[in-house]
Amino acid sequence: MSELLILFRVVGALVGISAAVFACWLLSGRQFPKHLTGVVFGWLLLIVLWGLGGYALTTRYALGLGAVTNLTDQFPWGIWKALVICGIAFAAGGFLTACMVYIFRIRVFYPILRPVVLAAYLGYMLSASGSLLVDLGRYHQIWRPIFFWQHHSVLFEVSWCVMLYTGVLTVEFAPILLDKLGWHKTAHFVHAITVPFVICGVILSTLHQSSLGSLFLIVPNKLLPLWYTPLLPILFFLSALVSGFAMAIFVSALAFWTFHRPLEPRVLTSLAKGMTPVLFVYLFLRVVDLTTRSAWRFAFDYPLQGFSFAVEMLLLTLPLFVVLRTRWSGRRRWAFAAAIPVIIGVILNRLNVAWIGLLPWTGAHYVPSWIETTVTLNLVSVGVVIFGLAARYLPLFEHATPGHEEVLAHAAA
Amino acid sequence: MISRRQFFQASATGALTLLATRSGFAESKPDPANSAGVLVDLTRCIGCRACENACRVRAGFEGLPTAAIGYGAGDGKLNFRTRTFIDFRDGGRKQKQPVKRQCMHCLEPACVSVCPVAALEKTATGPVVYHETNCIGCRYCILACPFGAPKYEWDNALMPRVGKCDFCVDRQAAGRPPACVAACPTGTLKFGKRVDLLQEARERLDSQPNRYAAVYGDKIVGGTSWIYLTDTAPEELGFPKGLPNEGLPQLTWRAISKLPFVVIGVGLMLSAVVRWRTRKV
Repeated sequence: MSELLILFRVVGALVGISAAVFACWLLSGRQFPKHLTGVVFGWLLLIVLWGLGGYALTTRYALGLGAVTNLTDQFPWGIWKALVICGIAFAAGGFLTACMVYIFRIRVFYPILRPVVLAAYLGYMLSASGSLLVDLGRYHQIWRPIFFWQHHSVLFEVSWCVMLYTGVLTVEFAPILLDKLGWHKTAHFVHAITVPFVICGVILSTLHQSSLGSLFLIVPNKLLPLWYTPLLPILFFLSALVSGFAMAIFVSALAFWTFHRPLEPRVLTSLAKGMTPVLFVYLFLRVVDLTTRSAWRFAFDYPLQGFSFAVEMLLLTLPLFVVLRTRWSGRRRWAFAAAIPVIIGVILNRLNVAWIGLLPWTGAHYVPSWIETTVTLNLVSVGVVIFGLAARYLPLFEHATPGHEEVLAHAAA
Repeated sequence: MISRRQFFQASATGALTLLATRSGFAESKPDPANSAGVLVDLTRCIGCRACENACRVRAGFEGLPTAAIGYGAGDGKLNFRTRTFIDFRDGGRKQKQPVKRQCMHCLEPACVSVCPVAALEKTATGPVVYHETNCIGCRYCILACPFGAPKYEWDNALMPRVGKCDFCVDRQAAGRPPACVAACPTGTLKFGKRVDLLQEARERLDSQPNRYAAVYGDKIVGGTSWIYLTDTAPEELGFPKGLPNEGLPQLTWRAISKLPFVVIGVGLMLSAVVRWRTRKV
């Protein structure tokens, strides 16, 4: 049995390594590096990461959650669940940009729609579906919520919204692939149904982004009052919006700069300007809520949680100064600089709610195992690699206007 | 293309369905007059752990080794195989206070409300039971339970299960008391209808104020099927702090029940914007 296990793990590692080599080869324009310098570092990093990932994944499926994770009965949700929650918050840029482009028809944002939608699509596929396939004890039963309904469960609602929204993202992503394939008739049809799909997408996102916060309403005696509040769903939705703006800045800036495409500076600065009021409302609500529940004192009672809380609040407050200073607000570099702390701040907020804030009152001492960490990094890296491949091989930057002008005109008529 | 009207009709239908089933939780609520319960009079418990042994045997696991029966070390906590155990609490007295732990079988169970696939069920007669076939292994029940009752079969790689006290639902159906109650030699555990037991607990508390300090389980998180009579404050015996007297599912339902309005509101707003932005000038 143990020989079989070793064989299984070795095969897993080899599959990971081969996939990494293949991905690097594709990313380098279907060629192997001529010199063992520079680029090779990237190759090695991915090969090691995916090799370890293959080993970690096969071990998880062979031995089960207890053997490979640090999860316990006291602390049943670990970093994989946190990845679901963080990834979905990060991917909020997708519905936000689609809304600004297809609903509000703000022309400035047309060029960034495709990269942002693709990043959101990958975010949902990998951090939500991918992570759940690793995290669920009975991953092979993941389809069950489709047939077994329990409408009192927030998780039931979230799983339905995520399923449906992944469908919406497929419709939003389809034109990229259809353009590549040259299936213009199908593309025309897809464009025709896009607007109602986008409306559904915004509704579904509003529902599940807020509901990820509602997940924790059931644990008033486990989550520290620094984060536990009846306002959790509203705060989660607002911070998802903020994160959506920041993610749109981050993804488009990085994509356009990495692949040397021209990007109007106005795009990034407008996004930063859109982010400011929402961030302000969010922080205001946060402060009022903490004050009315007199929850600030918990930051002093629990050092680790207090520190994490302080860092989170600081990261989310910093960008306000950047954006409010008019001398900086017109600069795209500053817009980018404002987006980074927001993204990290929102991710830290999710980690605080789903992990750090739960530790003291559950009495748990959870730190992810190396396998949990490796699998998490792998899921993220797969997303980054697929994005790179799409940028290289799909019309991610061309035909950047949605629905191509005539289809827009057609829809308007 | 879906017209705006169809879209509204669809969302309105969905919203109405959700509103119509608002009281859905009530249908699974037990019939209060006939629902089963257990009264645990902690002042009578001698910590013999016969209940723990009987539970393991009945659940199909190996019983406690003879030497372990009575004061001594067992697993010392609930886990997948130990669905009840005697928690010896250091109450600052000469002797440690034994406190029996198991699922409290809440009247409004958090675990049942959070399960996305209805793998947990509050049966009409009182027990909260787990249906293995539905389970997807999300472990939300374990996170949600305020008493730490559901536990996971962490070492099962393919079909891990949730393990918890099921109130011996099969024995109850056959008209017999739960295995732990049947095994108790001191009358600490008393099986009966919850309403009667609650009344008896209050009578005992009123008639012997020197012996008893509190009744636990009458109100906490909306009430539990298992009711404790204690001689100290329940919080000092390891019962969870900071729990409301309303059912925990209410906390979530307050948010979920507003979602139909979000659907309608956001849908209307966005459709108006689309109309405005694509109007002919």
